[in-house]
Amino acid sequence: MLKKEGEIRIPSGCAISGIINRSGQCSINGSEIVKSISYMHDRSNGLGGGFAGYGIYPEYADQYAFHVFYDDMSAREETERYLDRTFEMVNLSRIPTRKHPRIKNEPQIWRYFVNPIFTVLQEDQDEIDEKKFIVETVFYINTYIKGAYIFSSGKNMGVFKAVGFPEDVGEFYRLEEYDGYSWTAHGRYPTNTPGWWGGAHPFALLDYSIVHNGEISSYDANRRFIEMFDYKCTLQTDTEVITYIIDYLNRKQGLNFEDIAKIIAAPFWEEIERLPEAEAKRIKLFRNTFASLLITGPFSIILGFDGGLMALNDRLKLRSMVVGEKDNIVYLASEECAIRGICPDIENVWAPQGGEPIIIRVGK
Amino acid sequence: MKRVYVNEEWCLGCHLCEIQCAFANSGEADMVKAFNNSEQKPLARITVEDGENDIHFAVSCRHCETPYCVKGCITGALTVNENGIVQIDDTRCVGCRTCILMCPYGCLTVGHNKTLLKCELCVENLGGEPSCVRRCPNNAIVFEDRDGGLL
Amino acid sequence: MAINFIHPEFEIIREEKRCIKCRACERQCANEVHSYDQEFDCMESDESKCVDCQRCVSLCPTRALKIRKTDNRYRENANWQQQAMEEIFRQADTGGVLLSSMGTPKDYPNYWDKILINASQVTNPPIDPLREPMETKVFLGKKLNKLEFDENGELLSEIPPQIELEMPIMFSAMSYGSISENAHKSLARAATELGTCYNTGEGGLNQDLYKYGANTIVQVASGRFGVHKDYLNAGAAIEIKMGQGAKPGIGGHLPGRKILEKVSRTRMIPVGVDAISPAPHHDIYSIEDLRQLIFSLKEATNYEKPVIVKIAAVHNVAAIASGIARSGADIIAIDGFRGGTGAAPTRIRDNVGIPIELALAAVDQRLRDEKIRNDVSIVIGGSIRSSADVVKAIALGADAVYIGTAALLALGCHLCRTCHTGKCNWGIATQREDLVKRLNPDIGAKRLANLVSAWNHEIMEMMGGMGINSIEALKGNRLMLRGIGMSAKELEIFGISHAGE
Ligand code: SF4
Ligand code: SF4
Ligand code: SF4
Ligand code: SF4
Repeated sequence: MLKKEGEIRIPSGCAISGIINRSGQCSINGSEIVKSISYMHDRSNGLGGGFAGYGIYPEYADQYAFHVFYDDMSAREETERYLDRTFEMVNLSRIPTRKHPRIKNEPQIWRYFVNPIFTVLQEDQDEIDEKKFIVETVFYINTYIKGAYIFSSGKNMGVFKAVGFPEDVGEFYRLEEYDGYSWTAHGRYPTNTPGWWGGAHPFALLDYSIVHNGEISSYDANRRFIEMFDYKCTLQTDTEVITYIIDYLNRKQGLNFEDIAKIIAAPFWEEIERLPEAEAKRIKLFRNTFASLLITGPFSIILGFDGGLMALNDRLKLRSMVVGEKDNIVYLASEECAIRGICPDIENVWAPQGGEPIIIRVGK
Repeated sequence: MKRVYVNEEWCLGCHLCEIQCAFANSGEADMVKAFNNSEQKPLARITVEDGENDIHFAVSCRHCETPYCVKGCITGALTVNENGIVQIDDTRCVGCRTCILMCPYGCLTVGHNKTLLKCELCVENLGGEPSCVRRCPNNAIVFEDRDGGLL
Repeated sequence: MAINFIHPEFEIIREEKRCIKCRACERQCANEVHSYDQEFDCMESDESKCVDCQRCVSLCPTRALKIRKTDNRYRENANWQQQAMEEIFRQADTGGVLLSSMGTPKDYPNYWDKILINASQVTNPPIDPLREPMETKVFLGKKLNKLEFDENGELLSEIPPQIELEMPIMFSAMSYGSISENAHKSLARAATELGTCYNTGEGGLNQDLYKYGANTIVQVASGRFGVHKDYLNAGAAIEIKMGQGAKPGIGGHLPGRKILEKVSRTRMIPVGVDAISPAPHHDIYSIEDLRQLIFSLKEATNYEKPVIVKIAAVHNVAAIASGIARSGADIIAIDGFRGGTGAAPTRIRDNVGIPIELALAAVDQRLRDEKIRNDVSIVIGGSIRSSADVVKAIALGADAVYIGTAALLALGCHLCRTCHTGKCNWGIATQREDLVKRLNPDIGAKRLANLVSAWNHEIMEMMGGMGINSIEALKGNRLMLRGIGMSAKELEIFGISHAGE
């Protein structure tokens, strides 16, 4: 029997794409990103596709939006009972989908807009750290409640993913009904998979979401290090471990994304030697302190976060990635066609260097 | 000019340089043959002196800048060639041993045919570079260009 | 005279046709095996003294010599093998404890040989180390757990005291006394050239070698030989030796005949007196005491040097390592039971301790489970035989390795395992001046540097094959390893899958 993610490590190649409106206006319709990724159809093999949209839930902007896959009723009942203890449910519903000829075996897909209940939090926790609490809840449910899987847990953002080609997944989730200020998309080319919905990408935790193309050779070094800090890499995927690394460095260590890029795609020592002294010292300290978070092997990622996107390649640039700009909109994609297809008059197209982060923050 | 220098600190007194020298100058391609198959054992042009307290050092021609041996040679058999190497022409050597008396380093001997036997830095034998140096197990003799000649 | 029960172990095979009677063998054998017979104009040998060090074989200009294990056999017996019988004869003769040198020669499972390394195919590309940068620099010591910044985002944190190495290979502790001055010099110079460290061992540091301090680890062992303030401050790090893989739970004994003038000065003990290292440090009877010693050494060196605690791999090694990590040590060095020694009781060497591979896997995992892996670096030793062993060790979780036996082999050692006799024909494990001289440090340093840089190239090639271009991404990357012919339990301890999985 084929094993699913988490039982075995499955390498995969991929297509990724991202769009962001610098002004922060939620002007980008979900259909745009679906169209963009569809141009890279050949980079996926129909075994996984997905999207992350930011700014898509303006009416529930202050609540955590949990997107959950359930295998059966009892998983849902158990999860809801668990959530009830510590969360106020502002809204709950099935995520709207449409029947699609090529999307099959869908689980039950639910969405909850929730507020953590602080009195409960205070009783349970020595220190109130809301995000930590959310992360723990997600880990608990995903690890211990059989058949339940929270695949999106941020505020005013959401992940939509399934087994199928990404353009079909976009139609299935009716993404044309959402508008956001930024979107990312992923089409997957795994080399072996039984096709589990939770294994599709983006992978998300809080409002970090990652789409990734590549197969990192540092995986187990990264995993075994990050697991010391209360993360559990249950899916055994690159995307999962990269998400945790970014969560750790950004949320727990308080580092900005520029610095994070210098840690996970660190400059070579010979480059560091040529830098001005203060900068060299800084990067040396980063490499020294977070040596085990260096990611090697090919990758191109687009990280979505609250208020921006970051695109980053491995330091040798072993995977393609292009950036294009037009007015306030920035486009990122594995291949240029995915940009030109939706913005034929794109200006300023370039390929960032390996290890050079492209960070776009809205309102800047 | 490159000469053979001695680092007596590292000389083990193994005498292998002598063996290598004798072999290199024997004209034989095989060492066993050179030693075991000829009537006379081939002779070395380098001699290892074994002193008290484990002092050993190898002595061979220094190829002096102003060689006394050449000065003293009564037949002109000893000459300095264009590379500064002191050479012996044994067709002219009469075996008078004046050179041996003149050499301040005591590094000359006579061969089986009673003519002078001396180190010519392996220029004319199979070795090409000094065989003694090449095979010394402990770098106790080296072939180097050091500033300042000898004498 | 009593009967000698033991037939000589080796035979000297001299091909008479080839021997040119140069007598080099005679001059080079400190065991006085060879001699020249004037009368018959031939070489003779007394094989009973031969230890098979291969010095004569290596120097014979005509390759006329061979040393062979004798084929004289006792009546076959699978239980009472020849060696077991001879050990009994020997003890019956002398009434003494059997002594041996170097690592155990017994046929225990070697787990390095049961682990295979991965390489990239199709889904990700291998990296060519000749075209792309390939990094092997490592830092040993405590790593920060949290970076501090000021309000302008400038870093306030500094790198804690660490050792910076150009490659994850160091020379392990071998004391001046147990090995010769020239061996030490060779190690010191090679370490400097390579950008790594050698280790003084417990015999103090010869004045002439202070200039290599930046590449020196100074050791403090239970005998405290040669320890003083300048010594502690001379090196890049200080190592407290609690134990040694070849003889866990046993101290050291350097016989008085090895304590000559120079050794006595360096060790700060009288000439000719046995140097005895007690089994325990007499000020360390528990983990709190270790903490005190660690901090007194740090105090003495102004908190500028990382402190290494070296232990032997014993059954409970993971828990011990965890205790050490919590007592202020910056680096834990673990020595496996196959590690070398200048002299150890044979029974201990051959029966006490566990293989370093298992110890490493257990310690690395334990420190991670306890979330303290970042507080210490792990250095392992105890029979690292090749660059492949190094790669496997790093992938299991080591930060760096110590090589001892391999380094001595580079210097000429042929593992005759008679270091304790003090008559090393290669000038390594001896203090006899005529023998010490046989190791010219110019040659020794070069050979060591050659060896380690060759290994480093091979490490880079293996890393490149895995698609890894920096050693930190290999550290603890157990997914790059597979077991072959291991039981489920062994795989579980190693935290790796079986080949084919
Ligand atoms: S070969 Fe070298 S070490 Fe041996 S005697 Fe000659 S010079 Fe000395
Ligand atoms: S250089 Fe050649 S000829 Fe001269 S002593 Fe050495 S081996 Fe003999
Ligand atoms: S002890 Fe060493 S040098 Fe002596 S005969 Fe045996 S192998 Fe040769
Ligand atoms: S070194 Fe070799 S050739 Fe020389 S005497 Fe010994 S066996 Fe014979």
